Amino acid sequence: MSEPVAIETRQLTKVYGSGNTEVVAMRDASLTVRRGEVVALLGPSGAGKSTFLTAVGLINPPTSGQILIGGKLVMDGPTALTNLRSFRRKHIGYVFQKSNLIPFLSARENVQIAMELNGVPSRAARRRALELLEELGVADRADYQPTMLSGGQQQRVAVARALANQPSVILADEPTAALDSHRGRQVMELFRRVAHEHGAGVIVVTHDHRALDVFDTTYEMEDGAIRPVKGQFAFTP
Amino acid sequence: MNLAAKDIRHNLGRFILTVFGIGMLLMVVMGMAGIYRGLIEDATLLVERIGADLWVVQRDTRGPFAEISRVPRSLVYRLLAVPGVQSAREFVFHTIQREHRGKPLRMSILGLSWPLDKGEWLPLIAGRPLGQNHYEMVADKTLGFRLNERIKLGKDTFTVVGITSGMVSTNGEGMAFLTVLDAQAVQFDMPGEAIRLQRAARERRSEKDDVFLSQPLLVERLARPAAELPAITSPDLSAVVIRVAPGADPAAVAATISTWADVSVFTRTAQEELLLQGMVDKARRQLGMFRVLLTVIAAIIMALILYTLTLDKLHSIALLKLIGAPNWTILGLILQQAIALGAAGYGIARLVGEKLFPYFPRRVIVTNEDLLQLAVIVVVISVLSSLLGIWRAMRVQPNEALMG
Repeated sequence: MSEPVAIETRQLTKVYGSGNTEVVAMRDASLTVRRGEVVALLGPSGAGKSTFLTAVGLINPPTSGQILIGGKLVMDGPTALTNLRSFRRKHIGYVFQKSNLIPFLSARENVQIAMELNGVPSRAARRRALELLEELGVADRADYQPTMLSGGQQQRVAVARALANQPSVILADEPTAALDSHRGRQVMELFRRVAHEHGAGVIVVTHDHRALDVFDTTYEMEDGAIRPVKGQFAFTP
Repeated sequence: MNLAAKDIRHNLGRFILTVFGIGMLLMVVMGMAGIYRGLIEDATLLVERIGADLWVVQRDTRGPFAEISRVPRSLVYRLLAVPGVQSAREFVFHTIQREHRGKPLRMSILGLSWPLDKGEWLPLIAGRPLGQNHYEMVADKTLGFRLNERIKLGKDTFTVVGITSGMVSTNGEGMAFLTVLDAQAVQFDMPGEAIRLQRAARERRSEKDDVFLSQPLLVERLARPAAELPAITSPDLSAVVIRVAPGADPAAVAATISTWADVSVFTRTAQEELLLQGMVDKARRQLGMFRVLLTVIAAIIMALILYTLTLDKLHSIALLKLIGAPNWTILGLILQQAIALGAAGYGIARLVGEKLFPYFPRRVIVTNEDLLQLAVIVVVISVLSSLLGIWRAMRVQPNEALMG
């Protein structure tokens, strides 16, 4: 029996500008990611990967098409069918190219704040944050400020924050761009592990072809359109 | 988790410097209020301390503080005859400037009506009231005299027998208290040569007058000091102050005296109003306007600081929005920082002000009412000044977190 669908996009299109200045950044992009599945999205710069990711992340509404998360229709064209900020808080975790940790919070607090915003009591949030940091191997850096962490450690903390509210979707935009190949692979493997262990659907936008074996499915984006890459591994969670 | 506190802790050095700057600014606002209060307090202090019910001055003048007033010494005895008057005292008041220890020193001299008034009512911090009717003075500490110091004024030398605190004139000059006769001697002191020239001029004028030619003894009398020639001397008191008898109505006594053609009479309240509305009105209005201006400037500076602090946090704010922080969390972050900035600045203002204001040349009186008022102003300007930052923060889009 297949896993439930985490993310489904139906013919997403994003058009910037109008008339002579019109640019189609994303064209009929359809994709389905199941819970526990790790998907890579490849493509050259300007192909529309980030546009797709921000649309799925509910921070940049599409011009047309539909987005379903956990089977629920949340975007119908540019129209939001739910409170997006609240929905993001509960269902989506983000990891970015740069660490994107809040600089005035420690590693633990960066994870803890995501849970407190979701209504988790401070004490419980603190305990869970430490558990996640432990799981990701950075518990010994829990009280360090982001500037005192290495790039790899910062990405681990960002992953811990993304996992904090046990989201059904994790979106990562070139998370290994600032890391060397060894640490890059470690982060990719981390995504695979958390996807499988936490049952989240993970989409990773990447330029890094060296760690593609880590992903269950690989897609390529070109001129705003998504297509599967031939010869990829079959998804067996 | 309190994000505002975390951010402050992260940028503690900058926050402390900012707080210190805001604190200094608020201290100036507080000081302005204190100077304003001090001005009013100084203006009415003497009138209140003297404790007179009525002030009798030269007709149609607003003396003795607002303008020069001259009344004859005999007025004291006329006033004592008015029903309801318990006591009437001579009042002599003038300001002089002398050299003291190589520096110019201004002092306001108040004559005490010896022996009725020896200065027992003065707030002495050292020494005693006047003990004899000549050559003693009680001085305010702002004049810088020491107890038992001998001060030469005019032709006489006075011993400082008492030191007061907080006794300054409406202009802020420290006061010295002498007997009325001594105060007048200082006021009308003339060099010997001037007296001789005056006397010679009188004698020359008398040589052309038939009266003096027929009565040579009158010419001899002209050689006596001017003060001993009652027919030609000007009235020498500034005013006469009255206390009404217990149970008597000051307004009724004033009504009786005001029918006299040569004097005007003011109640204590009227005298205070004359001082506040006349002498210090423009100064206090100017201070008041300056205070409003400073408050506005403080608000603008705080707004700019908070706006800059918000700009520095735009990426974090976008990130918070991205991970689902509601608007009130962002709003709380900025507002709490604004209030923390204002409150800490207010604390600095109070601390530094308390240490610094006593060294100001004029009195700075900061009342609890003023402190409370400033606290409310600080809260209001903190909230208002955070609006610009909040407005900017609300415009931040979550996807800005992805832009490096």
